[in-house]
Amino acid sequence: MDLDILVTVFDSSLRLSIPLLAACLAGLWSERSGVVDIGLEGKMLVAAFAAAAASYAFGSAWIGLFAGIGASIVFALIHGFASISQRGNQIVSGVAINMLAAGLTAIVGNAWYGQGGRTPPLEGAQRFGDVIFGHSALVYLVLLAVPITWFVLARTRFGLRLRAVGENPAAVDTAGISVTGLRYSAVVIGGVLCGLAGAYLSVGQSAGFLPNMTAGKGFIALAALIFAKWRAWPALGACFLFGLLDAVAIRLQGIALPGIGEVPVQAIQALPYLMTVILLAGVIGTAIPPRASGVPYVKER
Amino acid sequence: MSAPIDLPKWADTVVVPAVSVIAAFLVAGLVVLGIGENPLTATRVLLQGSLGTGEGLGFTLFYMTDFIFVGLAVAVAYHAGLFNIGGEGQATLAGLGVALVLNNLTFLPGFLLIPLGILGAAAFGAAWAAVPGYLQARRGSHIVITTIMFNWLASVLIVYLLVNVLREPQSMNPETRAFPDQSHIPFMHEALGAFGIEIPASQLNLTLFLALAAAYGVWLLIYRSRLGYAIRVVGSNPTAAVYAGISPGRIIIVAMVISGALAGGLAVNELMGYQHRLLLEFTAGYGFVGIAVALMGRAHPVGIILASLLFGILYQGGAELAFEQPAITRDMVVVIGGIIILFAGALDGLFRRIVAQALTRSRVARA
Repeated sequence: MDLDILVTVFDSSLRLSIPLLAACLAGLWSERSGVVDIGLEGKMLVAAFAAAAASYAFGSAWIGLFAGIGASIVFALIHGFASISQRGNQIVSGVAINMLAAGLTAIVGNAWYGQGGRTPPLEGAQRFGDVIFGHSALVYLVLLAVPITWFVLARTRFGLRLRAVGENPAAVDTAGISVTGLRYSAVVIGGVLCGLAGAYLSVGQSAGFLPNMTAGKGFIALAALIFAKWRAWPALGACFLFGLLDAVAIRLQGIALPGIGEVPVQAIQALPYLMTVILLAGVIGTAIPPRASGVPYVKER
Repeated sequence: MSAPIDLPKWADTVVVPAVSVIAAFLVAGLVVLGIGENPLTATRVLLQGSLGTGEGLGFTLFYMTDFIFVGLAVAVAYHAGLFNIGGEGQATLAGLGVALVLNNLTFLPGFLLIPLGILGAAAFGAAWAAVPGYLQARRGSHIVITTIMFNWLASVLIVYLLVNVLREPQSMNPETRAFPDQSHIPFMHEALGAFGIEIPASQLNLTLFLALAAAYGVWLLIYRSRLGYAIRVVGSNPTAAVYAGISPGRIIIVAMVISGALAGGLAVNELMGYQHRLLLEFTAGYGFVGIAVALMGRAHPVGIILASLLFGILYQGGAELAFEQPAITRDMVVVIGGIIILFAGALDGLFRRIVAQALTRSRVARA
């Protein structure tokens, strides 16, 4: 294999893994604090739409990014309100977020632009251009989120409390620290990261929003989170692996490999899901989620 | 779930879902206003299109049939304390089962082939749900995550099979060849026409009766059978179930098998009743609507039938609406579904608290 091909594959793997990574870290923050988040997909989708719409309206990718983050935070707060304040079922709330996002972006997009839910194509300053090594600023921003996440969670007081609240909220509460406050901050941080992921899709990687453009990336991110066992550096590895699989699937389309023949692209696409199921089944290694994740916290009376 | 709020049964089963639905429609009305359309006109078009004509009503009942199956599927798992969000994948696999049976046993007469096709749907749907059920029961993998992964695996698998294996060689479309004529479940207008009753033609077919029978069967199962009792015990208190001599693991697997088989009904209605071939994405997100249906119907078959009727009206009316007022696309129904799931499912406690407070206040006022 040529060095050229390796570089191209590496580059496209990185590009494909960035939205996964941002969403995966979003899930990591949320679930480490005890709030299960299967609404990553929905938050990415609203962020992608808001980012493209704002960027088109104001002619600036950065304004788009902030709009995307804002929209994603609004949805994160809905999830937070339902699952933290109202102690509702977090899975149900996540499903609702995903449906709301899919429906709303399509309707509003169609009503505003009349192009079947698409935003008009973005160009020039409306997109994030390549700054270093052919990648945009967003790529580096997301990559930077990995060490920051690791440092804050593993090395700061806030991080320790946040992890504690995901394992044993009653202990944190007894120490006089607000469980609600910690969980809300984690959910909002997750909103910011999903905003980054969505904005990257519509104003970084592509030039505009397409209906349902996340196409299951939020769920692959969820799979990557399980694969990474809810830790930041392994999340980078898992997302890059899934990005690589995606890049290889695109590259291998229609090419016969010696000895194997043509590998169906679906076989490679199925791998992240299959690997997650196998991992969860405990056949190779185990994946144990934070102990209190998915359980609403009720103060003793 | 925690800190239960005691409500009289009528408030719990009627008022709370009704309040959720009203709230959902208010939000949906705001969305319609927000995109510059009139919500009242939209409602009128929606009702006229879904209930105002015989043809519209037929389509409404056709969609209702789909939703009864997926709603029941979610409900049975829900009674066992499981959240099956894999209805999409299970129905997809059920479609594969239908196609394999019907297109391989073409020599059989209809009265044998139709039941076998239905069994094929149920068996494949059940099998696709049994694996996550087994993994939950015996390996402790979380059912929500595995059913999500199985949805995606199903969609990838069906694309592969339809593009590479099952597609007719001369056809460009990723779909199987048409099912044999004798395997088509009769359309309602044909069936009633045979008795001299004329109704407008629509997609509505006799699968509706199968759905209603399934609803009755689920009621018998959950509330009148030993197995149903075991399912409900496991759902409300697995520890107590063990002391009662019930094996939670076995019940989880059985509940998932039944749930998956019910989700297979979607494939029966859509494929054997209407499309008459297996094609991509025939499930059209209905599996997720099933969650809204089950939550709104309080996981009770009667509630599910009513909730399915509501969603049938929304889907058919939504199609008419998209035709009359192009700004309001059918995605509106997805939004309403999402809001109903949010209100009737996740924010359930909020509404229960409001209703409980209102009740206490009226009681105090009376005293």
